[in-house]
Amino acid sequence: MAFTSVKQLLAAAKEQNLPLWEIILDEDVKDRGTGREDSLRQMNALWSAMKSAGVSYRAEARSKSGLVGGDGGKMEEYAKTGNGIVSGFFSEVIAQALQMGECNACMKRIVAAPTAGSCGVLPAVLIPFAKANKIEDRQIISALFVAAGFGQIIASRASISGAEGGCQAEIGSASAMAAAAVVSLKGGTPEMCANACAMALMNLLGLVCDPVAGLVEIPCVKRNVVGAVNAISCADMSLAGIGSAIPPDEVIDAMREVGDMMPAALKETGTGGLAATPAGITAAKRIHGNI
Amino acid sequence: MNLFDVMGPIMVGPSSSHTAGAVRIGFITRKLLGEPVTDAEMLLHGSFAATGEGHGTDRALVAGLLGMNPDDENIPKSFDIAGKQGMKFRTGVIALRNVHPNTAMLRVSGKSGKKLEVVASSLGGGRIRICRIDGIETNFSGDCPTLIVHNLDQPGHVAQVTELLYQYSVNIASMQLYRNVRGGYAVMVLECDQPIPAEPLASLAQKDGIIKVTYLNLDE
Repeated sequence: MAFTSVKQLLAAAKEQNLPLWEIILDEDVKDRGTGREDSLRQMNALWSAMKSAGVSYRAEARSKSGLVGGDGGKMEEYAKTGNGIVSGFFSEVIAQALQMGECNACMKRIVAAPTAGSCGVLPAVLIPFAKANKIEDRQIISALFVAAGFGQIIASRASISGAEGGCQAEIGSASAMAAAAVVSLKGGTPEMCANACAMALMNLLGLVCDPVAGLVEIPCVKRNVVGAVNAISCADMSLAGIGSAIPPDEVIDAMREVGDMMPAALKETGTGGLAATPAGITAAKRIHGNI
Repeated sequence: MNLFDVMGPIMVGPSSSHTAGAVRIGFITRKLLGEPVTDAEMLLHGSFAATGEGHGTDRALVAGLLGMNPDDENIPKSFDIAGKQGMKFRTGVIALRNVHPNTAMLRVSGKSGKKLEVVASSLGGGRIRICRIDGIETNFSGDCPTLIVHNLDQPGHVAQVTELLYQYSVNIASMQLYRNVRGGYAVMVLECDQPIPAEPLASLAQKDGIIKVTYLNLDE
């Protein structure tokens, strides 16, 4: 059985004196009754697919509803001018998150991580990070095991579905997974990975799932940006030695409780929040009347 | 959820439940029919009906019926491809009782005239559940090798099937039995840990009282 608490995961890493990713890989091998090579091969395929998705972006593509498309291109052009408030790596993260979210909305091939709606967060952090720091694929694959391991604990204690727990369960979880992954790439300790995960999740606690017209477009595409930027901030805080006042498992449990308390209108039904604004309703009427 | 349920799958967007899950529903229906689909009626229920078109659920179902997997980049073009391959299809809306919000009923016919009706739900993350086959309740995912046997509701058929699996060292992960009426038409669904060889399945299908044997292994 896979880990159901961060506490367990950290204890196993300490006891066996192995890096987090090895512990998570071993557990997957046991859980699915597969071989180490098979597990590594699968993760490698996911990383390759993330990179391919990154280059499949076309700025002229629009989603079928016409609600999204092109913003990733605008952001990339703007970043190139060098006049942005942030530049270099950070502006690439923003552009990549938008592009991946738009690829998904335009029916391109992406990697659900953990979901299709939140597919932009991990690649938006990892692709520019690998490029800027000349990181080898092998290391990224290890970091993806770290991300998946934390994601699995979140899925078991809380949820990774917007319909069950709101956007905090999708973008929040993706952000927490990305934060842990990037800390591991920077050589942070397992505790630092766990703290980054906890802080990223607590920062997005309460985020509702309120897609306009019920489609994975508005605000989903742009929320990938907030997930990625939040992951990097929390990773750096953790690497600076800043801890999470609330232990990771308790943050995850709080996410579940908040999700349980959320009304159905804010859990992927497209009936509350942004979906229920006058502009959201107008868009929904146009789309459902025309498609 | 296993590690790769959380990270992955590789899929064509925009929604793991409304797109990837729908492709899988179509794909499994095609496998269950056991031959190319020539005609399909796709009835969407609940959230599938409400937001299905914007999520490409209709195109995803057709893609699956054509034998595509959730990561196939031709999914957005499935309507054109179906046209070229001579597969006719219609979509509609249906209100089913006691089912998950993301559910579809597919009525398909194949090249040889074989017909099949499947009701399946998309549970999130691309995972699905087959809820009904030809009007009989079922509950399986297609994630592991699955054997579906339609037989007359009389003693001995379960023993025949389990004996056969035992002979080939196939372990049963779960087993479900359903029937329409006592002494009528029965279905057993066995999810297994190992793949089942083809030849014993063919001999099983010849036995008295066995109406139909369907074997589903998505890894093949």
